[in-house]
Amino acid sequence: MTLTPNSPNYSSDTDPAIKEFNTTKLLKNARKQAEDRNYKDFFICDVDSHHYETEALPEILQYMDDPVLRHLGMSAGNVGRAGLIPQAIGSQDMAGRVTRYAGRNKEVVPEKPHRDITLTRRWMDAMGVDMACLFPTPMLLLATHPQPEVEVAMARAYNRWLCERILEEDKRIVSMVYLPMNEPHEAEKMIDEFAERKGVVGFLSTGYLKRPVHDNVNMRIYAKLEEHGMPLGFHAAYHWADSSLAQLNKFISVHALGFSFCNIIHMTNWVLNGMPERFPKLKTMWIESGLAWIPFLMQRLDNEYMMRTSDAPLLKKKPSDYMREMFYSSQPIELVDNKEALEVTFKMINAESQLLYSSDYPHWDMDLPSTIYDIPFLGEKAKRDILGGNAQKLFNLDPVMSDWKLEARKAG
Amino acid sequence: MAEKLLCASSDISDTTARICEVEGVEIGVIRHKGTIVAYRNVCPHQGGPVCEGLKMPRVCVEFDEQRRPLRQNFDTAEMHFVCPWHGWEFKIETGEAVGDSKIRLSRYKVVERDENVYVEI
Ligand code: FES
Repeated sequence: MTLTPNSPNYSSDTDPAIKEFNTTKLLKNARKQAEDRNYKDFFICDVDSHHYETEALPEILQYMDDPVLRHLGMSAGNVGRAGLIPQAIGSQDMAGRVTRYAGRNKEVVPEKPHRDITLTRRWMDAMGVDMACLFPTPMLLLATHPQPEVEVAMARAYNRWLCERILEEDKRIVSMVYLPMNEPHEAEKMIDEFAERKGVVGFLSTGYLKRPVHDNVNMRIYAKLEEHGMPLGFHAAYHWADSSLAQLNKFISVHALGFSFCNIIHMTNWVLNGMPERFPKLKTMWIESGLAWIPFLMQRLDNEYMMRTSDAPLLKKKPSDYMREMFYSSQPIELVDNKEALEVTFKMINAESQLLYSSDYPHWDMDLPSTIYDIPFLGEKAKRDILGGNAQKLFNLDPVMSDWKLEARKAG
Repeated sequence: MAEKLLCASSDISDTTARICEVEGVEIGVIRHKGTIVAYRNVCPHQGGPVCEGLKMPRVCVEFDEQRRPLRQNFDTAEMHFVCPWHGWEFKIETGEAVGDSKIRLSRYKVVERDENVYVEI
């Protein structure tokens, strides 16, 4: 074994993988996949992708009502988050190994359109994605901020900025906008303010919440979403400080369990408290926990429910029957040596109608459309539905195809 | 199998893989422990440009006599290509995935002759 006495920097700015970083170049093999698999022939929608909203913080803060919080965000020596958004411990980029994290700042874009639109279009065009549902990144942990008023102010400013600067400008980008579930009366106002805005296709609850999802204070939120015909997304996140995860000592552990656990907690409360019976028209989508947790939870809950129906009197059928009617985003789809398990999973969740492709790009565990397209047991129709058709239905989308696909079709 | 010219020997470094295109296929080529190795620049995971990422050593753990970890360290005797898309790591020497040796990069036979490097393709 040859050990290094002093650690060199294996991911310095001068590494060719990082300097002169460009999304299109990084994803050139994705574009080849898109061409080889003829994605030009059908619509692909990515229901969970991200940008780094904190890079546009000075712009976002211009939309903040509270001048004191706005000042807080703009101060801190130079423009910083200054306590507005919780920061997560953990090396998402694996100490520089996933080069797009370090490279992103170096990517050159034209002055117009907005930088986030250019960067988003670049990865979409490379992967063959026509429309994308765009979510923030650090704000996924905003629900764990100890000051609910900060969460509300950030959420409102971000939603306004997103609608005006991004969604208004590019009809290929849509979003389920941030819902501050910890302050239900503010969440209700948020639905009224944003439900009809261009590109808003639903609302998003993120990560670990201060109250359980079935809390009585939330009922008007769900009723309002139902009235507007807007789906509710539960975007999982890990929260290392959560007592159930606090013993885990590695990022891989807290990430692998934390995301699924987050949705397992919300889903268990959602189903066993009869939310699908109380709000039968409210559609829910469970985002970014992979798929393996769903059959696990279905089996656990069904098994106990049959013995303890009296504990869950609102249910008119088994927990798994409700879960099978909900929607799920695909990423990070488990694909290592698990073909049989995956096939059973797809059957158990009615994947052909309930599963929606998501990339989670640019995050480290992103999935390309080929993770769905190359699944051997799916027929062409099922692949196309999961990659785009199901999202089109759930979000009532007017599909907008990417320019390169339209040109490729013309060229035959 | 045809032998194709890849590049001049002097074009190949031992720090960064050079990416050459031969008949529409990208090949990453690097000098490693005195020999030249060449792999297809497509990751067996989701198809990322595996030879274009960082080159990093294996991470190992050092224990005390009671098997309590003392610290982690880099083992520079075993260098890896790290795929930039999701971080799968492959031993440069053999092309094996660190997480599962059954998974390998596809390797090309390389011949160095008259200051030039050729692959069999
Ligand atoms: S494509 Fe190489 S690590 Fe995923």
